[in-house]
Amino acid sequence: MESLFDVGPLALSIGIKLLVMIGFFLTAPLVAGYMEHKVLAHQQDRLGPMEAGIGPIKHGVGQLVADGAKFLQKEDIIPAAADKWVFAIAPGVALIPALVILIVIPLGPGVFGVDLPAGVFFALAVSSVSVLGVLMAAWSSANKYSLMGGIRAAAQLIAYELPLVLGAAAVVLQAGTLSLVGIVEAQAEFRLFGIVPMWYVLPQAVGFLLFYVASLAELNRPPFDMPIADSEIIFGHMTEYTGIRYAFFMLAEYAGMVVLSAIATVLFLGGWYILPGVPPPAFDLWFIPGEVVAGLIGVGVTMGKILSLVFVMIWFRATFPRLREDQLQRMSWLVLIPLGLLNIVVIAIAKVFA
Amino acid sequence: MTDTLADRETGVLPGGPGEGMLVELRDGGDIVTQDMNLNIGPQHPATHGVLRVVIDLDGEKITRAQPVIGYMHRGFEKLAEARDYRQIIALVNRHDWLSAFNNELGVCMAVETMMEMEVPERAQWIRTMFCEWGRILNHLMFVGSFGLELGAITPVFFAFREREDVQHLLESAAGGRLHFAYNRIGGVKEDLPAGFLQASAKLTKVIRARTAEYRDLLLGNEIFMARTKGVGALPPEIAMEYGVTGPTLHATGVAEDARVTQPYAKYGEIDVHVPVGTNGDSYDRFVMLLDRIDASTHIIDQCLDRIPDGPCNVKLPKIVKAPEGQIYVRTEAPLGQLGYFLVSDGKKNPWRLKMRTPSFYNISMISYLLEGALLSDMIAILGSVFFVVGDVDR
Amino acid sequence: MPTLPKLPKPPQIGLLKGLGVTLKTMLTPSTTQQYPHVKPALPPRSRGVIALMEENCTVCMLCARECPDWCIYIDSHKEVVPPKEEGARARTRNVLDRFAIDFALCMYCGICVEVCPFDALFWSPEFEYSTYSVRELTHEKEQLRVWMNTVPPPPELDEGADIPKEIEEGLKAARKAAEQAAAAAAPAEPAPGQAQTKAGGAAAGGAAQEEDIHVEAQVDQEVFDQLIAEGKSERVARAKAKAAYVRKEKARIRAERAGEGS
Repeated sequence: MESLFDVGPLALSIGIKLLVMIGFFLTAPLVAGYMEHKVLAHQQDRLGPMEAGIGPIKHGVGQLVADGAKFLQKEDIIPAAADKWVFAIAPGVALIPALVILIVIPLGPGVFGVDLPAGVFFALAVSSVSVLGVLMAAWSSANKYSLMGGIRAAAQLIAYELPLVLGAAAVVLQAGTLSLVGIVEAQAEFRLFGIVPMWYVLPQAVGFLLFYVASLAELNRPPFDMPIADSEIIFGHMTEYTGIRYAFFMLAEYAGMVVLSAIATVLFLGGWYILPGVPPPAFDLWFIPGEVVAGLIGVGVTMGKILSLVFVMIWFRATFPRLREDQLQRMSWLVLIPLGLLNIVVIAIAKVFA
Repeated sequence: MTDTLADRETGVLPGGPGEGMLVELRDGGDIVTQDMNLNIGPQHPATHGVLRVVIDLDGEKITRAQPVIGYMHRGFEKLAEARDYRQIIALVNRHDWLSAFNNELGVCMAVETMMEMEVPERAQWIRTMFCEWGRILNHLMFVGSFGLELGAITPVFFAFREREDVQHLLESAAGGRLHFAYNRIGGVKEDLPAGFLQASAKLTKVIRARTAEYRDLLLGNEIFMARTKGVGALPPEIAMEYGVTGPTLHATGVAEDARVTQPYAKYGEIDVHVPVGTNGDSYDRFVMLLDRIDASTHIIDQCLDRIPDGPCNVKLPKIVKAPEGQIYVRTEAPLGQLGYFLVSDGKKNPWRLKMRTPSFYNISMISYLLEGALLSDMIAILGSVFFVVGDVDR
Repeated sequence: MPTLPKLPKPPQIGLLKGLGVTLKTMLTPSTTQQYPHVKPALPPRSRGVIALMEENCTVCMLCARECPDWCIYIDSHKEVVPPKEEGARARTRNVLDRFAIDFALCMYCGICVEVCPFDALFWSPEFEYSTYSVRELTHEKEQLRVWMNTVPPPPELDEGADIPKEIEEGLKAARKAAEQAAAAAAPAEPAPGQAQTKAGGAAAGGAAQEEDIHVEAQVDQEVFDQLIAEGKSERVARAKAKAAYVRKEKARIRAERAGEGS
């Protein structure tokens, strides 16, 4: 499929894609963050931010904008004993991969940067780079608490890369292609038992669970937030960060939530298809051509699916206490990875005999 | 267990990174690493208040732990020597501030027993009821904070919502939400307002329904069970050696409760259920909290049925003087056994007022419990050993 | 031979029940009161701020003495009030100059309010008096008088409670007045027996007359001398002698009237 943004000369299309990507990157985490504030609050029998607003709309919609402005004007403190350069660029190293993955993720029919033939591989590989950012922050902070957080984070993030990859590998096996757009199209053509159109979430429920749990662990979200357990080690690797650097880490977390949910949507929930087998309609609306309308509706559908996955992440945060690292590791190595391998074997057998 | 650095077998790393660093040698000369000495607190989100625990860490395992107290010492026992008894009541409810009424009761009982004063029936029933409301307030707080330290961020809001309801109810009678100053020598300050007993009856039902919610949200949660079962197990002999009392002791299986063994106020005339645990680990201690909240609601219901009409206090002389002598009074505060040792020389100020506070003894066993525990278990253990720093330091 | 580490148990229904609780809470409306827009409904006994009714204060200093924090600052001076009549003693009166409560020190224990014998101090649930400077937390008597406008009436007591002494005395006096009004109205009614009426009337008349006896107080000299001889002071002896005189006169007049009646 051709990207919608491939208009005119290369430079123009790259420019448009960059703009759209950065725009999405800056707004989607804000929506996820606002959702987190409000959903978490209501699940805890309170209201969440109510006073901050944008214009006449109150109910806390402007809270994150206000937070951003607040972080921008804070003093930039780097601890005296810290390793200055590493300390300074660690938030960037944690944040940029989330931006880069957005190039390959299709949000709608034709709404993507570039359809890489090895899209899944690219996405998962780039997401591992943010682990480096965590480690850099932990080591350079010159703080015992950060160090402990960093060691825990390193162990956890490495342990949960495998279930992530195994869950994605089963999907790739079933779809027969590594390209993300190709996987969405394959889901459109998949028939359960030969008759019922279905997304991969049903035949690969185990894989979906694996991928989702592993992405929670990759993002350091509860119940896997031991590296940033704020009742023990204050804030783990982010303890010494203030101001805009801290805001980058937070942005990286919410952007990571959105990005990993987007990958899960594309891999398991049928991407931009409204229902299994039902693509977004392409009709001409006034002066907007059909593909663009379909693209917009597709984006809406994808965003809905992403936000429901994000809602479940927030729901888990409100409900579950933290797992201890050894329990975490045990769960990954002794439960999730064998399950992932089993999943691949089952899918392979089914694929051969189907 | 080596204690000082001189006792440990040490060596010096030659060359390379860390040259000249003094390290501890273990296992017959194989160098490991130097234990990291970490300071938890005095300002830390996990410790309730200003408690400092100095720990030696080997990786994530704690080899030695030492609580350091005194950051909140306010010299109450010295202050008490210069205050008369009504002023002491106003000061003493600042120790275990989560259940202020229970602190005041001990002082009143000590003076009343020395003066051989007969407290009216209605006042005794009111005191019993308020003690149990204080117990509910205290345990609700720990239900919330224990979950919070383990990462479950929701029960704390529910617990504080319940606390708000109870505090609003008690405020209508006492005037204060936290420091009631409602006890007086010889009874309570003034009588209950109209509608208090009916509101009490309604609230106990609500609280019982909500503890069912906490059981669903926390107790049955597999992650919670995995974090707390078997963690910080305290054998009953060690607990008694350290002088631990209250829910921490009941969790180990020993049902020692001053309300039952030496009944005061009206506890001798009602049915007091003391829940008892089995292993004494953090999970049992948490179960104790929820069970005790339920038991307290039942006690309050019994008080509501049996509270008689009559005066609620005794007419006191202008200056209350306890006769010469000394007395030790035991009450069962929510955190454990709260004792007052009062020595009077006939004046209006006590000559010596010593408090045996439960939290002081409860945290003395932290050093025993934390040896060999992981750092994350330290949080589970600290959260499950219930203490209030105002009670520790006075 | 290394053994396989123990597998963790598969998660059971407990996790799902927890999710159910949070979802249910999300769907029920929140109990939050949005404070600056909605003020809390505080009970009348709530200890917010202390109010002073200056007219009742006699500067006995009990509150300042009993305060555990010594946060009440009282200044006063004595004034001489000229006597109402000629020959009576001049009276002295305490006048309050300064009455300040330092709310930065105040423990809100309520001992001052409880101990004031003249009901000059009251509790008020008002709590919104934060200031930007600690010095402004010392409220002088003008400010404390303003708080009087926020003092609510005390709540009704529980049914089982003892009625407070003042209310009980007031009720007793009201009951007595009602009885007397009923008794006074009784003779005005037409009664069945004539004789009974006359006897009742005489008795009622006698009783009415007794109330009307008014005797000018004079000193009974015998009683006065006797008391002085006993060693009592002149003032006491004079008072007792006057009382004895009045008593004797009333008894004499009563005997005369009784003699007239019969």
